[in-house]
Amino acid sequence: MAHYPESLITELEERARQLRITSLQMIHRRAAGHPGGALSAAEIMAALFFHRLRLDPARPDWPERDRFILSKGHASAPLYAALAARGFIPIEELAHWGDLSCPLQGHPDRLKTPGVEMTSGILGHGVAIGAGLALSARLRGLSYRVYTLLGDGECQGGIVWEGALVAARYRLSNLTAIVDCNGVQLDGPVHEILPLEPFADKWRMFNWAVLEINGHNMRQILEALDTAAEIHDRPTVVVARTTKGKGVSFMENNAAWHGVPPNDEQLARALQELKGGA
Amino acid sequence: MAGVPMRQAFGLALAEYGAANPDVVVLDADTSSSTLSRFFAERFPERFFNIGIAEPCMVDVAVGLALGGHIPFVNGFAALLALRALEQVRTCVCYARTNVKLAAAFAGLSDYKDGPTHHAITDIAIMRALPEMTVIVPADAEEAAAWVPPVAEYDGPVYLRLSRDVAIPVHDRSTGLCIGRGIVRRPGGDVTIVATGTMVGRSLRAAEGLAAEGIDARVLEIHTVKPLDVELIRQAAEETGALVTAEEHTVIGGLGGAVAEALAQTRPVPLERVGIADAFARTAPDVDSLMDACGLAVADVVAAVKRVLARR
Repeated sequence: MAHYPESLITELEERARQLRITSLQMIHRRAAGHPGGALSAAEIMAALFFHRLRLDPARPDWPERDRFILSKGHASAPLYAALAARGFIPIEELAHWGDLSCPLQGHPDRLKTPGVEMTSGILGHGVAIGAGLALSARLRGLSYRVYTLLGDGECQGGIVWEGALVAARYRLSNLTAIVDCNGVQLDGPVHEILPLEPFADKWRMFNWAVLEINGHNMRQILEALDTAAEIHDRPTVVVARTTKGKGVSFMENNAAWHGVPPNDEQLARALQELKGGA
Repeated sequence: MAGVPMRQAFGLALAEYGAANPDVVVLDADTSSSTLSRFFAERFPERFFNIGIAEPCMVDVAVGLALGGHIPFVNGFAALLALRALEQVRTCVCYARTNVKLAAAFAGLSDYKDGPTHHAITDIAIMRALPEMTVIVPADAEEAAAWVPPVAEYDGPVYLRLSRDVAIPVHDRSTGLCIGRGIVRRPGGDVTIVATGTMVGRSLRAAEGLAAEGIDARVLEIHTVKPLDVELIRQAAEETGALVTAEEHTVIGGLGGAVAEALAQTRPVPLERVGIADAFARTAPDVDSLMDACGLAVADVVAAVKRVLARR
């Protein structure tokens, strides 16, 4: 088992907390966005953008950079917050997200935002596009890795599994999918709307390596991402069990917070919980 | 290339171009023996990906390859690329402006054997409506082959509409091809026939018949339905005063629609549209008889010319 210094874990947990705070502030300011799935993905996004991804903000087109595709494109707030913190876009731009003149679109747009590798927002595309990008890397002999973050509800769509077949067919070990399994979708609990379990088994049957973790445990996330990089005969999926709305008590496990912004009072309560470390 | 099916000329040209450009990769959806992308597959197996019967996934995989700097040619039946994979094409190819080339095989009525499930008679209208898309319809086998290099070297999404079959030869390689610029295939001053794809050859035959009756018809080939060569069409309207469009596509939203829009804004003159009526076609023993039965016969073009002249 890999050893991660306590200082790294603490730093990344703090990054996750900041992503939550910034995301909620951004969603509140424009009175639009998706709090639930932003909060559930915070540790995963922090681990990727502040540790795992090989990136150079000064060279957003660096051919050897790792590629990240936000397949669950509605979780754009933590992506923009992470890109700003990494220096791809100015921090001040976050306060203009969604404005008519602002390049930051509701859903990520690769042509308007440095660091956004692929336009997304309609669900399901990350695995298949990631497979193509991973094939391209192999053809060119480049060593970058491709990561894509999905939601669990997203996996109700067939295109995810079409992409999974292709990635397995070509044994694309340079592709890692992470599923933010927060168990809740827009209309309610995933298991009530269209059950996906046994979810990890499905990926195994599709010939993927499967790592099942607690998606809020930073050590487990880091270890899973490192393990995936050491698997050389197949793509890996990290099934990250998370809580929708994680970190804000009144948003947790509540489908009502999928795509509804907090009002002033709700934001204040949320920030109090997040800043107090509650 | 008289007598050569368009798909064969395209397939061979793609394989030939693959030797010159190592960035080209080719995908197919279990139809490589039909689209003839297998010529490329046989020569460059490491750059060929058979995605199986999953056109939406094929387009997404191509998008990923394009993001990595490759130039993917996506081969599939036009009906499936334009309909089943349309969301991928709209979002991940056009909106994201990825450098994906859709080689849409068996377009129009050319899958005459299988019938309306596999006809593509609305694809030009669909693709033309998408921002960022370029829509190119070659007239014959020679032209289909000649389009491969410029389509590959153009930076952006292209829908290249291909027929399964033999089309009347009209093109020779000495005629340059430029995206967005129409070709005067026959000069004439009395009326203009604006045609695309397989209807270019039929329109030239119609013009010959009309000449025998003393009607001097100009024939314009509009290979690029989008962006449309509006100036060439406006000029024809001004000089001949009446236009007929001809296409192996429904009369709604294809070349006829595009020309009607252009005329309305530049030089409104009488216009008749030759195309498939707003109805599904049927199965047939060969494409020529099916086209004739669907209102695309040479005589239909001649009749449309006479109608439009009567309105002028």
